[in-house]
Amino acid sequence: MNPLAKLLEAALFASNRPVPVDELAGLDADASPAAVVAALGEIRDTYQTNGHGVELVELGEGWQILTRPEYTDAIERAQLAARPHRLSGAALETLAIVAYRQPIGRSEIEEIRGVNCGAILKSLQERALIDVTGRGEGMGRPLLYGTTPLFLEQFALRHLEELPRADELAVTLRVEPRAI
Amino acid sequence: MTATAQPGEPFVVELQQFEGPLDLLLTLIRDEQVDIYDIPIARIAEQFLARIKTLAIDQAAEYLEMAARLLRIKAQLLLPRNQDDESWEDPRAELVRRLLEYQQVREISDHLARMAEERRSRFARSWLPSQSIEPPPAPLSLSLGELLAAVDRVLRIAGEPHLHDVVPRPLDVDGAIRMIRSLLELRARARWYDIVRPSAESWEVLSALLALLELARRGELRLRQATPFGSLVITRESAGQAA
Repeated sequence: MNPLAKLLEAALFASNRPVPVDELAGLDADASPAAVVAALGEIRDTYQTNGHGVELVELGEGWQILTRPEYTDAIERAQLAARPHRLSGAALETLAIVAYRQPIGRSEIEEIRGVNCGAILKSLQERALIDVTGRGEGMGRPLLYGTTPLFLEQFALRHLEELPRADELAVTLRVEPRAI
Repeated sequence: MTATAQPGEPFVVELQQFEGPLDLLLTLIRDEQVDIYDIPIARIAEQFLARIKTLAIDQAAEYLEMAARLLRIKAQLLLPRNQDDESWEDPRAELVRRLLEYQQVREISDHLARMAEERRSRFARSWLPSQSIEPPPAPLSLSLGELLAAVDRVLRIAGEPHLHDVVPRPLDVDGAIRMIRSLLELRARARWYDIVRPSAESWEVLSALLALLELARRGELRLRQATPFGSLVITRESAGQAA
């Protein structure tokens, strides 16, 4: 690997969060963002072709070194690391609505889900996956929610546009042959 | 999937597998294999009621609201209507719209679940259970204007803060010595206030005092004070005269 790639590898290894390209470019005054992107590609390919236990992944608006999935069980058994808790179905539904309709108020979310969502919004906020992004117009100026950078990170998304577009979804009921 | 609640057993246990009335309704529609655009309301409403029948009311307000909605739609469909009436709107339309919308949300959340699962199976370099290590960012949403307004309010309550300006201002003892010497060249006797103006600043007072003490030590003048805190009388000394 070239010297820049080695520098970036060291920085990514030291960081516990995805590091954006412009931050990586700040490591070396002579490195242009294009050179950084090229070096990142070099690191990723090196990990890929030489058969490493880790890989370089682009997510959450940055780059991060992650372990390969095939070693997760062994690492967890040895208690070297633990997977975060899964979100409940209700939490995922609420998160999905916030992700697609942000900024959105609680009453609109409850209208779509047909159930009360106050407690779930609070717990999603505590997990820092969503946050209050403003206040809406209308009665009581309701709080509006949006997703956070941590949401992108925990769902391995580079940006919100990576979510499937609403019209790309199958919507099984819509394509189902009309029975009866 | 049939509703078979045992007597005395709370039905809510079985309902917990549903995320809400829309989820239950979608499941019924799928199980009964009916067309979402042409829902046999009477049949679905009956099924729906059977599922929630034994629920305690406070546990299932949302289910009961949906049940009421279904029964209303059923009643509206039973009303006789003119075949040619173009203004007639299918009372099921709004429900179908909501079901499709909810179905879409379910697909997105399935998608999110898959992505989260994929990310969960990889560890970052220094993975830490972030919840227990660092507190999540406070749900604080403030504009700069709001923050400044709050600071302003606090300052108003706290009253005028005591501000003390520290200005480095070195004493000018040499200057005071020169001034006193030139005064004593003209007059043999002087008073404190001939040397220090009443409005003099502390550094000037201190400089004058130190200059007087210094000149007295050198024997150039004599200091006398008739009473404590009385007026200071400065007399030229013969030594100073000679100098």
